[in-house]
Amino acid sequence: MSDFRTPLRRVRGLGPAGGTEHFWQQRLTAIANVFLITFFVILLLTLMNDSYEGVREAFANPFVGIAMGLVVISATIHMKLGMQVIIEDYVHGGAKLPLLILNTFFAIAVAAACLFAIVKMSFGV
Amino acid sequence: MSDVKSARPLSPHLTIYRFRPTMAMSIVHRITGGALYVGTILLVWWLVAAASGPDAFATASAFFGSIIGQLILFGYTWALIHHMFGGIRHFAWDMGHAISKETSTKLALATIVASLAVTVLLWLGILIFG
Repeated sequence: MSDFRTPLRRVRGLGPAGGTEHFWQQRLTAIANVFLITFFVILLLTLMNDSYEGVREAFANPFVGIAMGLVVISATIHMKLGMQVIIEDYVHGGAKLPLLILNTFFAIAVAAACLFAIVKMSFGV
Repeated sequence: MSDVKSARPLSPHLTIYRFRPTMAMSIVHRITGGALYVGTILLVWWLVAAASGPDAFATASAFFGSIIGQLILFGYTWALIHHMFGGIRHFAWDMGHAISKETSTKLALATIVASLAVTVLLWLGILIFG
């Protein structure tokens, strides 16, 4: 029995879902990260040897709170997309889907914990 | 035609290529990305400890202030900076620049030299002025 489907029909849907969107989001967060991570590295190095009071004082500053919130959002989206590509490249068996799910959960958990801590320190409680 | 089972190598097929700087930097870009991913656990620890109170912060500070903690932080800042320079290289390629064999090799070497130099300078700055 010959296959009447065209070669194009046979390959459609086999590739990644939302490939262009993935590519674009990766680049968009990368552009944001160039600025945000530069800020983060400088903040990290300035606060590295600081006391508890010094760190809390820094995070009480609205600019630091807003910038760190953006750092966390942009970085966790970027790293979720990046790890997804690594999993799709190297894992092909039954572990692929659970790992992709875990990847999303991990990125969201990191974002939630960091954002909670930043918001808590911003409001000074 | 599409039914032919191809014996062409599938990715990853690192072993069939000669080692090149561009190849090394591609691998390092992925490794630093993976390390930064895992390292966010440390960022969570530091932020949540600082938000929790002086005791939790003291525990985290003691770790980050230790030799191992400082080495991890040095490595983490290098991974961030290297991944960033690698990313900027990707932007150049995305816009069609620096794709030739010679230029891409030079750019790959420049990435590792620049990332190491900037990281060392930043840490020297902290040691001197911090």
